[in-house]
Amino acid sequence: MALTKAELAEALFEELGLNKREAKEFVDMFFEDIRERLEAGAEVKLSGFGNFELRSKNQRPGRNPKTGEEIPISARRVVTFRPGQKLRLRVEIDAGR
Amino acid sequence: MTKSELIERLASKQTHLMQKDVELAVKLVLDQISNALARKDRVEIRGFGSFALHHRPARVGRNPKTGEPVHIPPKSVPHFKPGKEMRERVNANAQARAAEGKVL
Repeated sequence: MALTKAELAEALFEELGLNKREAKEFVDMFFEDIRERLEAGAEVKLSGFGNFELRSKNQRPGRNPKTGEEIPISARRVVTFRPGQKLRLRVEIDAGR
Repeated sequence: MTKSELIERLASKQTHLMQKDVELAVKLVLDQISNALARKDRVEIRGFGSFALHHRPARVGRNPKTGEPVHIPPKSVPHFKPGKEMRERVNANAQARAAEGKVL
């Protein structure tokens, strides 16, 4: 079962007592704000969780996997996530086998 | 932007929530995501991206000092895949800037 915005809002409602509308708005704003900062070219560092970083990729040769046709993949900026030490350790220990 | 800057920004937008509540809410959201990953669940945020675990099989590594082979157990690492809107917005802005740069 995947965690979605609905469950996050539910947790804010149950555990922090935000009303349902506030909870939903908060979750939307939370992700929108991070997206806005990344869009503006700023990295986002959430200690204990991880960092969202930006990388500029040069154009490179690509291929349409269906037709095999060669098409260049244009230069672009992409978001990468580097999980923090705390999150990496939790996941490794709890889910490592 | 750091976590405390994110909290400040959200507090200034969410006028009806106290800074303290915003702080707790930010913590709770990040904890919920971490907990989901720790129990091997995926996290799917439409337009933002998804978090899932990638599995790294066991392998034989080497102690770089002694050259001795060491068994490295299998492990899971968190992976983030940006969603469509995230990819487009982050890239569109970069393209626009690059274009401006060329004009200037």
